[in-house]
Amino acid sequence: MQHSAPLKTNMPAAGICRNAQVQTRIIGCCKGKSMKQKLVVVGNGMAPGRVLDRLLETDPDAFEITIFNAEKRVNYDRIMLSPVLSGEKKFEEIVIHGDAWYEQHGIALIKGRKVIAIDTKAKTVTAEGGMTANYDKLLIATGSVPFIIPVPGHQLPGVLTYRDLDDVHAMMVAAQQGKKNAVIIGGGLLGLEAAAGLKAQGMEPTVVHLMDTLMERQLDPTAGHMLQRELERRGIRVVTKANTKEIVGESSVTGVRLEDGTMIPADIVVMAVGIKPNAGLAKEAGLETNRGILVDNKMHTSDPDIMAVGECVEFEGSVYGLVAPLYEMAGIVSSELLGQDTDGFSDKALATKLKVTGIDLYSAGDFADGEDREEIVLRDAASGIYKRLVLKDNKIIGAVLYGDTGDGAWFFQHIKEETDISDMRDTLIFGPAFAGGTPLDPTAAVAALPDDAEICGCNGICKSKIIDTITENELTTLDEVRAHTKASASCGSCTGLVEQLISLTLGDSYDPAAVQSMCGCTELGHADVRRLIVAKELKTIPDLMQELEWNSSGGCAKCRPALNYYMISTWPGEYKDDYQSRFINERVHANIQKDGTYSVVPRMWGGVTSSKELRAIADVVDKFKIPTVKCTGGQRIDMLGVKKEDLPAVWADLNHAGMVSGHAYAKGLRTVKTCVGSDWCRFGTQDSTGLGVRLEKFMWGSWAPAKVKLAVSGCPRNCAESTCKDIGVICVDSGYEIHFAGAAGLDIKGTEVLCHAESEEETLEIIVALTQLYREQGHYLERIYKWARRVGTESIHAAVVEDIENRKQLFERFVYSQKFSQTDPWEERTKGQDAHEFKPMSIVSFSEAAE
Amino acid sequence: MSNSMWKDVGALTDIPKEGARTVITSMGKIAVFKSAQGEIFAIEDKCPHLGGPLSQGIVHGARVTCPLHNWVIDLKSGGVVGPDEGCVKTLPVKIEGERIHLNMSALVKRAA
Ligand code: SRM
Ligand SMILES: Cc1cc2nc3c(=O)[nH]c(=O)nc-3n(C[C@H](O)[C@H](O)[C@H](O)COP(=O)(O)OP(=O)(O)OC[C@H]3O[C@@H](n4cnc5c(N)ncnc54)[C@H](O)[C@@H]3O)c2cc1C
Ligand code: SF4
Ligand code: FES
Repeated sequence: MQHSAPLKTNMPAAGICRNAQVQTRIIGCCKGKSMKQKLVVVGNGMAPGRVLDRLLETDPDAFEITIFNAEKRVNYDRIMLSPVLSGEKKFEEIVIHGDAWYEQHGIALIKGRKVIAIDTKAKTVTAEGGMTANYDKLLIATGSVPFIIPVPGHQLPGVLTYRDLDDVHAMMVAAQQGKKNAVIIGGGLLGLEAAAGLKAQGMEPTVVHLMDTLMERQLDPTAGHMLQRELERRGIRVVTKANTKEIVGESSVTGVRLEDGTMIPADIVVMAVGIKPNAGLAKEAGLETNRGILVDNKMHTSDPDIMAVGECVEFEGSVYGLVAPLYEMAGIVSSELLGQDTDGFSDKALATKLKVTGIDLYSAGDFADGEDREEIVLRDAASGIYKRLVLKDNKIIGAVLYGDTGDGAWFFQHIKEETDISDMRDTLIFGPAFAGGTPLDPTAAVAALPDDAEICGCNGICKSKIIDTITENELTTLDEVRAHTKASASCGSCTGLVEQLISLTLGDSYDPAAVQSMCGCTELGHADVRRLIVAKELKTIPDLMQELEWNSSGGCAKCRPALNYYMISTWPGEYKDDYQSRFINERVHANIQKDGTYSVVPRMWGGVTSSKELRAIADVVDKFKIPTVKCTGGQRIDMLGVKKEDLPAVWADLNHAGMVSGHAYAKGLRTVKTCVGSDWCRFGTQDSTGLGVRLEKFMWGSWAPAKVKLAVSGCPRNCAESTCKDIGVICVDSGYEIHFAGAAGLDIKGTEVLCHAESEEETLEIIVALTQLYREQGHYLERIYKWARRVGTESIHAAVVEDIENRKQLFERFVYSQKFSQTDPWEERTKGQDAHEFKPMSIVSFSEAAE
Repeated sequence: MSNSMWKDVGALTDIPKEGARTVITSMGKIAVFKSAQGEIFAIEDKCPHLGGPLSQGIVHGARVTCPLHNWVIDLKSGGVVGPDEGCVKTLPVKIEGERIHLNMSALVKRAA
């Protein structure tokens, strides 16, 4: 082991070491690298994240890069904070670049250090705590700050904003502490998302809005009322025409008083009244600013070596609050830094979507009233649909859709292309299906788009990139396309376009409905159902079917086992297993055979057995006249042809010899195959048998979306066939190589390497965390390799390997749920559980009547 | 239907909701089902496909899915639901107090 020490610096380092390494880089930043230009970035939000992506794609070696960020974390998708708040996503799912990414690209990320001064003469920046860095080029990307109405009491503890993960945590903590009353000031997109998130967290939110109706900029009064009613139906109170006069409280917030004297009790207050560019730092450094930092169309500030990007800038009098234009700026910044030519930035129409599950609201372009503008409005209050198009000079310039947003992408495209709509004006509002002149084929319009047309504004993904990715990776579902390209994975407003591209690429073989729905009983897909179980805290199958409007009574044999698994894995300890929703094998803990008899496979930990166990098996076979005894492909022994009535007695005898169920029937942990390893084998490097036994003893009994098979081999000769398992380990001199996502059944696929671990402890922790992540994200019957293909192996690596804190939490959740699943089901049944399963209700003779 | 063909086969509480129990007769096994609403159905415990034991399937609504190859059988009519074809024998059910009675004549007639 000694000579492996120098290798260690290449391995994913633990959290603390990584920071230490980063610091060394800064202080010693000139050693050997003095030729490179130094780029310093202030702020690590979504805009500079995209700048770096583009920069590294084009010329990874152009700059030595240092990033300062006031937030104590890596780059993440701020847009997705609302799903984190509502519990529908976890933080790790919204990370854009994890620690490993910075390390891999040699970028020094200084977290939790706010830059407090820029010296444009000396070309240095200074951060809190006195750390200073020189730059050749400086990029300011300080984003926005939430606007806080300076009413009395606005500084009380409990008054929050909604901008970053700290805000989300503060809200979640309040909810966890059992606080009930939340007042959200501001009824725009952000305020409503916050209210819905807080409701999902169990609080009782009240939205206080200054104007007569919600989202008055986008919606006319009727539509505003429809939205308000829908929110109220979901338990979100809305008070309009409400001017906040004062926030009341002694040591912390207790209420909000309105101008008219109304007092609304509040444990927390969230201000969501708007944002303003964060330009203070630039202003103090002497750069030209107005509302934001003034930039030209190539993103240069008034100082030739300083550029700015994102919400902190002001361009031709405009400031920005959505990511699509910021990403366009980012592309320009990257090109400028590399001395490449660009067209320069220009204002374009934007689209956005309210990210509240179950409420469909989409708006695009410009929808303000104006003299030269006309409107087409479709309103169907009964079915909750509202559509409004704003026209100018026979072109659509704005669209607001509520209730049915399916045509959003189509309208947005006409806005961007400035299509003359005179010919289809009469039917325009009904969307592409009715639009005269335009072909009925909805994919015709996307087919006509040029290859470089941007489809996903949030992530800057163009048409050809999506099509190429679909073809190269043989993707077939929207989820897969999201995982591989990030298109449609953020605000979701381009989902329609992405789906059209998938059907354009795959032709008739893509049927979004068929791919999506879980079974005939619902329109919802597995992902939606899993998400809603968490978000709506659905804890029984009947509740779920009621709430999610199942269209069959009692579901079917497809959805019931899936739902039962989702419940059991989401609410361990709380949910009572519905055994009538399990397939017969899992219901009676044995495998049914074609003649109606059963097979019995006891656990043989890691494939190791003993004379005592073999003797007990032999005795059972004789006593119950079991016709066949066979070695399975999973290194254990199968007794086939046992009568159902005999099962409890067979198990009792096996239990007596210390054997428990092998779960050969389970969607859960099956076998852990091992080789003899260092105990016996002349090539063995580690105790592969011991590790296999340990893994099996730790993980047995756990339910999973599909079966989970492991193997541990003692050296790369791989006698336990670890490289085609769901999870495999190959022992090597320096430790353990952890593999996953292999397949050797209906599909054949070698594993991928997840990471290297140095000890058995670390190996166990990583494998358990990986399994838990799969348990939480997998769709029913989806083996690990399919799950990995759907969510992307990078996201798994980030969650299990890079984010050590998260790994520990996953591990803990697995351990917690094991408390309720590590009881031998055979033993329970030998003691009488489900006794009715194993004997007939009665035996009737009616021979006399048959005569 | 001769009166003597009605047989007491067990109590309502013997069968779990969305579950089944079997009754063994000289004419083969019968599967007796109870739906989530508490309705009782009795059919031959033999799938029209390859004879799978229907009593071991998942019960949903007034249907059962065969445990061997997922054919779906309507418990009221005994007919196969969906694209597959076939039918199993159904037995008339009578509830007297807490007891379940089945009429066995369907089994006998076919056999004769
Ligand atoms: C008993 C055994 C065959 C044997 O005699 O060796 C076996 C028997 C069955 N396998 Fe298997 N598989 C057995 C090892 C395997 C292996 C080899 C392995 O585990 O290393 C594979 C390939 C690896 C893999 O899992 O991908 C394997 C891939 C399958 C598959 C294909 C799974 C897939 O996703 O590709 C199925 C079908 C399924 O699960 O839908 C399957 C399904 C079955 C079922 C459960 C079929 C069924 O639904 O009734 C069989 C149950 C028989 C019984 O009653 O015991 N069996 N099966 C092996 C039991 C291992 C054990 O000790 O638990
Ligand atoms: C809850 C929520 C939902 C949203 N939903 C959508 C949506 O659906 N669609 C959409 O298009 N947009 C949405 N947005 C807006 C979008 O997130 C922003 O437009 C985008 O994040 C701005 O990117 P940025 O890089 O300019 O700034 P930011 O992402 O705000 O990043 C700025 C970073 O700079 C750091 N910083 C500031 N000052 C300093 C300093 N002096 N030194 C060091 N670091 C500093 C800050 O801590 C911050 O991390 C949403 C925003 C929020 C908060
Ligand atoms: S895997 Fe390696 S150590 Fe294990 S038995 Fe095979 S050769 Fe020996
Ligand atoms: S035996 Fe019932 S479906 Fe095949």
